[in-house]
Amino acid sequence: MDIAYVSELAVNGALTGLLYSLFALGLVLIYKSSSVPNLAQGALTMLAAYVVLALSRQLGFPLWLAIAVTTIIMFLAGFGVEKVTLRRMAGRPIVMILMMTLGLDIFIRGSTLAVWGGTSRSMELGVSYDPLFLGPLLLSRINLAGACVAIALFVAFLLFFRTRRGIRLRAISDDYVASWSIGISVEHGVALSWGMASVVAVASAVIWGEIQGVDQSLSQLLLKGLTVAVLGGLDSIVGAILAGIVLGVIENVGSSYLDLVVGGGSRDLIVAAVLIFTVMLRPHGLFGRHDIERV
Amino acid sequence: MFYPLAGVRHQSYVSDSKLFPVPTDRNLLIVLTVAAIAAPFLLSSLYLNSYVQPWLIWTALALGLNLATGWAGQLHLGYAATMAVGAYAAVHAARFGIPWEFALLIGGLAASLIGSLFAFAALRVKGLYLAIVTLAMQFVMDWVLNHSPAISGGSHASLQSPRFALLGQEIASGRGLYYVALGWCALVTVFMMNLQRTALGRALVAVREKDYAAAILGVNSFYYKLIAFSMCSFIGGIGGALLVATFFFLAAPEQFSVNVSIQVLAMIIVGGLGSIIGTYFGVALILLMPGIANEIIANLTSFLGLPLGNETLAHIPTTVYGALIIIFLLVEPLGLGKLYANIRDYFLVWPFDQFKK
Repeated sequence: MDIAYVSELAVNGALTGLLYSLFALGLVLIYKSSSVPNLAQGALTMLAAYVVLALSRQLGFPLWLAIAVTTIIMFLAGFGVEKVTLRRMAGRPIVMILMMTLGLDIFIRGSTLAVWGGTSRSMELGVSYDPLFLGPLLLSRINLAGACVAIALFVAFLLFFRTRRGIRLRAISDDYVASWSIGISVEHGVALSWGMASVVAVASAVIWGEIQGVDQSLSQLLLKGLTVAVLGGLDSIVGAILAGIVLGVIENVGSSYLDLVVGGGSRDLIVAAVLIFTVMLRPHGLFGRHDIERV
Repeated sequence: MFYPLAGVRHQSYVSDSKLFPVPTDRNLLIVLTVAAIAAPFLLSSLYLNSYVQPWLIWTALALGLNLATGWAGQLHLGYAATMAVGAYAAVHAARFGIPWEFALLIGGLAASLIGSLFAFAALRVKGLYLAIVTLAMQFVMDWVLNHSPAISGGSHASLQSPRFALLGQEIASGRGLYYVALGWCALVTVFMMNLQRTALGRALVAVREKDYAAAILGVNSFYYKLIAFSMCSFIGGIGGALLVATFFFLAAPEQFSVNVSIQVLAMIIVGGLGSIIGTYFGVALILLMPGIANEIIANLTSFLGLPLGNETLAHIPTTVYGALIIIFLLVEPLGLGKLYANIRDYFLVWPFDQFKK
């Protein structure tokens, strides 16, 4: 394999990886504020995609308006999910919290499919499928557009964490008992982070829905998103961006070599292997915080 | 009324470590055992082999996971992977001509060997990270099963299980298979009940409560984590093999996907972590719920005259299943086992419940 081919794989992998980071951003936002690993993020993404389609197809909204309205709906939905379910799980053992997010995942997935059905449908964003030639490289337009959206969102969130409200959220993620004692509403902050994660889910739903169609497979992005989040450190936004790019490149380049050996389908294996090695070698990821445990 | 006792008082260590401090519990268990043995003659074969038998097999499986998650406190999201190892090892051994008794043992040992790998993850990390790494191992196992024709026959293939036989006697009748499931489930239950009374069981609980603190007390936490994972995988491996040999009759990779791991975890959460009787209830609820929910919804829609699409009906059990998990975690996080214990505690001192405080 020549260098041009490998660099093409690497660049496309990095673009796809940024889309994984976009998904992982939702996980990171929630973990940062409340230390809850949200395994329902995939189901939230799927729900967002179906709501966008329902608004634009069944109610006849133009697509941009449908996305805007979905953003509001999903923000409220995320807010509500936290208030009704996770709020009351605070302080419980991690197995209960994990199971709650898994239960939410199953519930949201089941009810979305029960309402709208499981047949695959397309998002039809109107981005051309013609490849984009950049010198010798062949790029996918939708991946490039998605990567731009991802970067825009990252910049927006990095700026948000410098505002007054963002600083409060950072305080909560540092130490929520201390934030509580100086009058920061921890409950409100955590609910806000769920709302923001659901808004991120809308962005990744629109882009991933365009790439792989709107159906149940959207909820299976969870493994890749989780891998990116863990590799980046679970509570670091910058970590999520870099880890996404790293994972995308490893996955794309690695699978093109490994597929020849094992006969195809090695992408999932590479992702799972990266996840296992990250947790075993460096559980706090590239940029995560070391946790010190009390005995 | 049912319990002619006014509370349980111990005056010696022997009485404290008795299997049944309350005689009524023992009598209840005897009645249930007799009922279970008589069940094939009382129930129709449809109920026996499509509800009761899978319930018993899954209960044995869930008890195995409860050992690792409920007793030893190790989060395990890759249980279906160890079930798969046991099932495929046993079926291959049986196809090779090894008698089923030994094939089941080979399945159990193979599963506990692979399952111990999960314990090495538990040496490094715990809690959330252990859950994530076991989940990733489950995905690796799914991939291996789907991509190695030597084990599973390929991604959409299934492996026929040979006729089940014990002690040279071929067991093909519904009643015979039911008794096999009953025997295995009873064995696991007795093992788990006795585990609570031993030093091993107490060490596992100490590791669950706080592994550092247990280490300070002289409990080697890694050793007990390893034991917990290998015992849990042994039970899971034999359970998976029995599931294939006596219920599905063929092994396919989809039977051991990540959803199965989550389902078994849901069973023990709904039933109650660390509760044996609760595991029985939890498995019954999660296994039987889809059928019941479908029936209720179908009746309700025909009663109200609201026709629902097939697709909607197909996904309602999933919704109900998720809702059950959420409701149990919110309302009774200790599960059905705790509900049972509450009722039992009430009747234990009835009608003098004012003395309980």
